[in-house]
Amino acid sequence: MSLALYVARRVAVLVPTLFFVSVLIFSLQKLLPGDAAIALAGEENDPAVVSAIRSKYHLDRPVVVQYGIWIGKVLRGDLGESLRNKIPVTELLASKLPVTVELAVCSMLIALVIGIPAGIVSAVRRGSLVDVAANAVALSGLSVPHFWLGIMLILLFAVRLGWLPASGYVPPWENLGRNLTTILLPSIVLGTGVAGVMMRHTRGAMLQTLGADYVRTARAKSVPERLVVLKHALRNALIPVITLGAIEFGRLLSGAVLTEQIFAIPGFGKMLVDGVFNRDYAVVQGVVLVSAGLYVLLTSWPTSSTSWPTPA
Amino acid sequence: MANETGAVMAMPAVVEGRRPSVLRRLLRRPPAVIAMAMVAAFVVIALAAPQVAPYDPIKQNFLAIRKAPSDAYRLGTDEVGRDVLSRLVWGARASLLAGVIPVTIALVVSIPLGLLSGCAGGWLDGLIMRITDAMLAIPFLIVAIALAAFLGPSLTNAMIAIGIAALPTFLRLARGTALAITTEEYIESARSLGCSRVRVAVRHVLPNIVPPLLIQSSLTAAAAIIAEASLSFLGLGQQPPAPSWGSMLNAAQRYLVQAPWMAIYPGLMIFGIVMSLNVLGDALRDALDPKHR
Repeated sequence: MSLALYVARRVAVLVPTLFFVSVLIFSLQKLLPGDAAIALAGEENDPAVVSAIRSKYHLDRPVVVQYGIWIGKVLRGDLGESLRNKIPVTELLASKLPVTVELAVCSMLIALVIGIPAGIVSAVRRGSLVDVAANAVALSGLSVPHFWLGIMLILLFAVRLGWLPASGYVPPWENLGRNLTTILLPSIVLGTGVAGVMMRHTRGAMLQTLGADYVRTARAKSVPERLVVLKHALRNALIPVITLGAIEFGRLLSGAVLTEQIFAIPGFGKMLVDGVFNRDYAVVQGVVLVSAGLYVLLTSWPTSSTSWPTPA
Repeated sequence: MANETGAVMAMPAVVEGRRPSVLRRLLRRPPAVIAMAMVAAFVVIALAAPQVAPYDPIKQNFLAIRKAPSDAYRLGTDEVGRDVLSRLVWGARASLLAGVIPVTIALVVSIPLGLLSGCAGGWLDGLIMRITDAMLAIPFLIVAIALAAFLGPSLTNAMIAIGIAALPTFLRLARGTALAITTEEYIESARSLGCSRVRVAVRHVLPNIVPPLLIQSSLTAAAAIIAEASLSFLGLGQQPPAPSWGSMLNAAQRYLVQAPWMAIYPGLMIFGIVMSLNVLGDALRDALDPKHR
């Protein structure tokens, strides 16, 4: 099968999922208690304003027609206008996304640097004190509420020691040094959670491959243990870990809501929270839609990249 | 969602007399025993909050604003003089509800739908699974925040939102397990003996999808407690002055320098109970499914 055909098939499989995602996100608006036009009008009680909103958002039309109009606009890249800022949601998203992507990339780097080596060592020394300690640390990383960890890190590194800024964000093109200092603490907060996940999965995959026949054969052929672990076992163990990494990266893109809020980082998550509190429903819908879209694409990408080279 | 990392797989059919052995296996593991004791203590504290809490959790005392831990106030007081320990004890109730109700919602909806999807197959299975895939595509906390935002901020709505957000994981698990079990030989035997599809589903498939759902429940309860705390932290869950660990952390954020104890203890409580539930979930998985040991 050619790569183009394979990718086309993968994309075709995504269509129904993306269709249902769009229906679910459209349905969010229907959850607004009472008349949606009144809710969208906010504190404005003027019937003329409410009527104008009803007409503008086609709320006087049947639901199916409303969905058709909405999805038509979405497909043309029109996610509506922010009620608060009076600018297109697409523009807002485009300005916030790079910040969140930077945060997600830095967090992922921290997660990979900690998680994969810890998983390998834990699997190689299964049952040892190192394994027990690594598992305990990984489980702690998964169990700690990230927003609390963020507060504690601010308390230690910003308030007590004064080494790093407590909050704020400086773009890398303005000042790279300050950018790194502002992004470090939030990246640690997000990265430790993902590191726990990566460690557990690397350990599980490594244990499976270390017990495989070909690894036993390599050992029987007196291949040095270091090579057995790093070349023979790790290469195969990394395939599911790559898949997981992409999924976790997708989660990081949308899961940084509270971290961005705590560290006042003007990214995607903060935009969502601001949208919620400003009752800016177009913004909320836009963030959820783009998060879900990115997540679907990122979770399907590793399947394509890892399964295509393997003959069916 | 952290708990999804411990994805629960379909397991072999329940063997008669396994329950006592599962408990024995759990009791042989010191971390599991400690985790069970922690969870039990948490439940008791939450249920006996009126008896355990030394002070009224919402009574303000302007003579004791941001007092450091002392004999009078073991864990200090908050920005309006409320006892932090009492608020932690009462806040356990919100967390307990957050751990139980969303999981119950997810179980009640996912078991019949998962059975239907796994046993019936065909277009119905396809439809349920596509909707499930779509729900899984939207990250857990984003679903919970969006739903809580549109439904309105309250603890009840937060729990409904978390329950809906947790649903697809349960549904997929129930359906996957049901699908695996329907290919077992004893199911074929039951069918060939004339058992109706409903009888096969209820008498033979249902008991076997419970163990993986039980493990998932423990892991989801942990995630739900964090989600409730997150929503309350954002102001979308428990509303003031009612205590919740998440809303306590929200208030504490403004007084990190003057009163760090306001931030330390609620977080430790969340961490302790979530860690216990995760350890318990892992231990349950190991005890119920030897493949995962």
